[in-house]
This record gives sequence, structure tokens and C-alpha cells, in this order.
Amino acid sequence: MAALLEFSIAFVSACVILSMLFCTIRLVIGPTAQDRVLALDTLWMCAMLLALVLGIRFGSLIYFEVALLIALISFVSTIALAKFLMRGEIIE
Amino acid sequence: MSSLEGLPAWAALPVSLLLIIGGCIIVTGALGLMRLPTFYQRIHGPAITITLGAGSVLIASMIYFTAQQSRLVIHEVIITLFVLLTAPVVSMMIMRAAVYRDLRGRKHDSGANAGGVYRFLDEDD
Amino acid sequence: MKRWLPFPLVSVLLLLFWLLINQAIDPAQILLGTCLAVIVPLIAQPLQPLGYPRLRRPITLFRLLVMASVEVVRSCFNVGRIIYFVKADRINSQFIRIPLDLRDPYGLAVLAGLINMTPGTVWVEILGDRHELALHVFDLHDAQWWVDTIKRRYERPLIEIFE
Repeated sequence: MAALLEFSIAFVSACVILSMLFCTIRLVIGPTAQDRVLALDTLWMCAMLLALVLGIRFGSLIYFEVALLIALISFVSTIALAKFLMRGEIIE
Repeated sequence: MSSLEGLPAWAALPVSLLLIIGGCIIVTGALGLMRLPTFYQRIHGPAITITLGAGSVLIASMIYFTAQQSRLVIHEVIITLFVLLTAPVVSMMIMRAAVYRDLRGRKHDSGANAGGVYRFLDEDD
Repeated sequence: MKRWLPFPLVSVLLLLFWLLINQAIDPAQILLGTCLAVIVPLIAQPLQPLGYPRLRRPITLFRLLVMASVEVVRSCFNVGRIIYFVKADRINSQFIRIPLDLRDPYGLAVLAGLINMTPGTVWVEILGDRHELALHVFDLHDAQWWVDTIKRRYERPLIEIFE
């Protein structure tokens, strides 16, 4: 049973890293600024999922706080970037 | 390695299944972000990653820690609720910024005028 | 009672949140969480100029949420199928207009959340002149079907709940 669990953790880590690679490609080539913001937001999400998967891998509850902080920071930063794209300033 | 060994089978099986399904869904969303042609199609890709992919990984994490610690560990619910509350706001803000920028920049190939809801300014006259 | 607990649901949720994030049900944590649950809604009250919403029919709300989550899973697989198997130039992505009858701001917020959570649809904005919703649909087959679905399955329960 541990072998199956180990395989699935390796599989999901590979999937998350592959999708981070896709997001990075979109972040680099993305023709417009809103593409880059969207790619950055998805990159944050993938980082949060990677922290959760690492938590399962090492059996440690401390990764939960990492994931929660990443989710909080990603929300604030993406909202600030989207607001900046729309108005040219963040706080009106 | 030791933490993975002692897990009972009733927990290891659903955790593995949820992780594998979640991995496939996460890759699907990111692939959509990479290969779809216009921005308005690309914005629908990460929605899959955020709802179903993150959901299955979070449920797997809940089952795993409940079995590992031999008590109810469901504080991943906080992350789930937070992501579910914030993802709609984020996609709405980015969408409005994109529509506004494309209309102002008069980008005719961006797909902003598909369906005739939004029109470019120079088409009015 | 009404003065000290202006919105009991928020208080209960705050207490639950405090216990969850501390992962403990000691009497000390319950006491701290109760203080938080009483004080925070009182402090946050001036930040809500419209007042706290009143939820009329909890059973309808529950059924709406269950229906929305089933819809999220179903449309996840639809969008995934389109991403993998449909050629990109044959995806018919369009903006559509949906006339709305719902006026309550909290109801509109819940509607926006539910629609945006579902992959394949993104809420853009409410067009002011005739109170119409601009919605972007990933793969549009029938605009009238979307109008009927949104109005019947999402808007009518929300009108019952919030108005």
C-alpha cells in the first residue's frame, strides 16, 4: 500500500510541476499583460497545491500554514495586479 | 518515508486515487491555459485547476492526516473555503480588466466583441 | 440579543473558524473564540452600509449549493473534454446578455460567485442601462438555453432566499 501511495504522490508532484511549467511558458510568451496576470495566478495556485502535496509526502502538518499563506498572498497580489491593469492605480 | 508506511489501507487507497485524479485535472487546466488561442478562452482553463484539482488534493490531504494522526484533522476546509470564495472574485477582476483594456486598445483580433455585447468605439459610427 | 449578536450565523462561523485553525476544543480556546465571535461582528457592522443580509429559506439555499457543486463537477469534465479533444478554432466562445430580475446586492454577489466558480462561464459585469448581465461562455451552442438555465436554476432560488 505504501508503494501505491508513494507512486501517486510522485505522480501528482510531477503533474503540478508540469502545470507550473505550462504557466511559466504562458507567463513568458503571453502576448498581453492580462495573460501574464492570469498565468501568475495559476502559478500561485500550483505552488499552494505543491505545498499541500509536500505536506502529505513528509507527513507534517506545518505545510498547511504554508499553503494557507500562499493562498492569502496570491489573492491579494492578483487583485492588486488586476486593479492596476483596469485603472492604472491600485487604491483610488 | 516512515510516515507513509503505517497508513491503513482504507485511507491509502482513496488518498492515492484522489491524488492521481487531481493530478490529471490540474494538468488539464494548465494545458488549457497554455494552448488555447485567445485570452477569453484561456481564462476558463485555470478554473478547472482551482475548483476540482485543488478540491481533490485538499480532500486527499484531509483523509491522509485524519488517518495518520488518528483524530479528525479537517482544517484544510479553511483553505477550500478561502479558495472557493476568492477564485470567482479574481477571475471577475481579470476578466473586466481584459475587456476594458481590449476595448480601449481597439484590439480587433482579441475576441472581445464576440457575441456583440461589447463593441469597439470606432464601429459605432 | 439582537444588539449583541447582530448576525448569529457570522458569529457561529467565526467560532468554528477559530477552533479549526487552532485544532483544539479546549475550554480556553472556546472562550477566546466566543469573544472573537461576539466582538468582530460588532466592530465590522459600520463597514456594511447595507446591513447584514437575511437568509429566508435555508433549505432552498442548501439545495442551490448542492445543485451548483454538481454543476461545477459536470462542467469541469465538459471543459476538460473540450481542451483535449476539440480543435481550438472550432470553440465558439462568446459573450451573451442575460436580463436579470434579481436586485438584492447580496443575491447578486452569490450569483456571481456561483457562476464564476463553474468552469466555462465567467461573469463580466452588469450593464447598467437595462440591468443585464454580460456573461462569457466558453463553448456556446444555444444562447437561449443559457438564459433559461441561469434564470430558472440560479436566479429563482436566490430571489426566494434574499428578497
